[in-house]
Amino acid sequence: MPGTRIGEKALTCLLYLSALIIIGILLAIVGYIVYKGLAMINLDFIMQAPRRAGKEGGISSTIVGTLYLTVLSLAIAAPLGVGTAIHLEEYAQKESYFAYLVTLTAETLAAIPSIIYGLFGFVFFVIYLKLGWSIWSGSLTLAIMVWPTITRTAQEAILSVPREYRENSLALGASKWQTIRKIVIPAAIPGIVTGMILALGRAIGETAAVLLTAGTSLGMPLSPADPARSMSVHLYMLAMEGLSMERAFGTAFLIIILLLFINYLANRSMSLLSHNGG
Amino acid sequence: MEKAIKMKSRELNLFYGNFQALYNINMDIEENRVTALIGPSGCGKSSFLRSLNRLNELIEGSRISGEVFLDDSAIYEKGINVVELRKKVGMVFQKPAVFPMSIYENVAYGPRIHGIKKRSELDEIVCRSLQSANLWDEVKDRLVAPANQMSGGQQQRLVIARVLAVQPEVILMDEPASALDPISTARLEELIAILKTRYTIVIVTHNMQQAARVSDYTGFFLHGCMLEFNRTEELFLNPRHNKTEDYITGRFG
Repeated sequence: MPGTRIGEKALTCLLYLSALIIIGILLAIVGYIVYKGLAMINLDFIMQAPRRAGKEGGISSTIVGTLYLTVLSLAIAAPLGVGTAIHLEEYAQKESYFAYLVTLTAETLAAIPSIIYGLFGFVFFVIYLKLGWSIWSGSLTLAIMVWPTITRTAQEAILSVPREYRENSLALGASKWQTIRKIVIPAAIPGIVTGMILALGRAIGETAAVLLTAGTSLGMPLSPADPARSMSVHLYMLAMEGLSMERAFGTAFLIIILLLFINYLANRSMSLLSHNGG
Repeated sequence: MEKAIKMKSRELNLFYGNFQALYNINMDIEENRVTALIGPSGCGKSSFLRSLNRLNELIEGSRISGEVFLDDSAIYEKGINVVELRKKVGMVFQKPAVFPMSIYENVAYGPRIHGIKKRSELDEIVCRSLQSANLWDEVKDRLVAPANQMSGGQQQRLVIARVLAVQPEVILMDEPASALDPISTARLEELIAILKTRYTIVIVTHNMQQAARVSDYTGFFLHGCMLEFNRTEELFLNPRHNKTEDYITGRFG
C-alpha cells in the first residue's frame, strides 16, 4: 500500500527532525553563550573580586563560594545518601513499611521544586537555627536537595553487584558488614561516584535554593559561617538587575565549562563501571 | 572398623515460608570421604547442602527444625558462631564467582577477613592454596592479574583455592562442574580425589556418572525426601528403591 509507505517515510522524517532540533537547541544555547561569554574570559575575570556590585572586576569570590557550597553539601549528602542506599538494599526487609517510607520520602524529595527547598532552608537553617545567610545554611539545604539523587544512584549501583559475590563472601566466613565494606561497596563504587558527580552538577547549577539560604554577599567567603554568592546566583543578579550582561555571559560560560567537565567525569566513571564488569 | 562421622543431620526439616523443602533428613557424612547428593531439579539436594553451613538463612522466611552436627556440636544451637562454622565448612558454588580483584587478592580474601595481616604469611597461604587447587603452575607469574580474565575452569579452581585458604574441614560443592567443559570437569574430578584425603567433601551433582566416579557415598533426593543413602557402588548397582533405579537409569529427571 502506497499510503503506508508514505506515512512511514513521513514518520521517519519527523523523528529525524525532532532529534535534529534537540541537537540544534543545545548547540544554539552553548554556542551563543560561548560567543557572548568568551570575550569576557581572561585571568582577571577569574582571579579578581567583583567591584561595584559586579558591574566591574571579576567573579573570584563567587567561584570560591560555588566550590565551597558544592563541596560542603556533597560532604554532607554523600555519607547520608550512600548510607541510606546501603540500608535499603542490604539491611531493610524488602517488604517492610519502613523501607517503603524511606523510598517514598526519597522520591517525593526528588520531585519538590528547588524554590521550596530554598524557603524551607531559609526558615529552618537561616532563621530558626540562627545560622544566618551562610555557606552552612546553603550547603545543608543543597545537601537535602541532592540526597535523593545520591541515594538512588547508589541503590542501583549496589543492586547491580551480583548476589553470588555476597554469598561467596559470607560462605568464606565474612560478616555481613565485612562483605559490604570489602566486596559490595568496592564493586559499586564507580556507580556511586557517578551519582555524586551528578549531584555536584545539580548543586552547582542551583540558584533559587542558594539565593534564599547563602545570601548574595559579594565578599570573599572564608569560613562556612560566612555568607556567599554562588556563580548561578551572581549570574541571576547581574542579568536581573541589568548590571552587566557581558559579565553575566562570562559567568554563564564558566558554569557551562564546569558542568561539561563534571559530565565528562561522570561518563569516565561510568565506563570504568562497565570495565570492571559490575 | 569404626567410621568417623564428620557431619550428621537428624530429623532435619527445612521450610521457605509455607513451603517445606526438606522432610526428615537423617544423614551421616563420613570423614575424608566424598558424599554425593543426586536427584532431579527442585528435589532439595542444594537446600540440604546449604543447610550444612547455614547459608539458607540468607533467604528471608527460611527456618528449620531438627539438628545438624559438625563433629559433636549442633550448628543450629543458640550461641554458635556462624563465622567459625563457615570457616570450617567451606562452599564452592555452581557459578564460579571470582571477586573483581586480582588472583592473589581473591585467595587472600578469606585469611585477611579472619585477621591475618602479615604479608609473608599471606604469601605462603596463597601459594599453598593455589598449589592444592592445582592452579599454581598456571598462574604463579600473574598473581596480580584480574581474576575475571581467567578461563571458566581456572576460575572454578581459583574459587576452590579461595576456600582452601580459610583451612576448612568440610567442603561443600554445589554442582561445581555444571558450567565447565569436559576437560576442566575431568581436572576438577581429579582434584576432588586428591582433596578428599585431607577434607570431607559433600557434592551436589546433576551428572550421575560424575557421582559414580567421584563419590564414596550417594544420597538420592526426591521431593524433599532422601529416598536412599548408601555406598555409591551399592546405590548404583543395587538400588533398593525403584524410584532410585528409575532416576539413575534415566527414566525421569
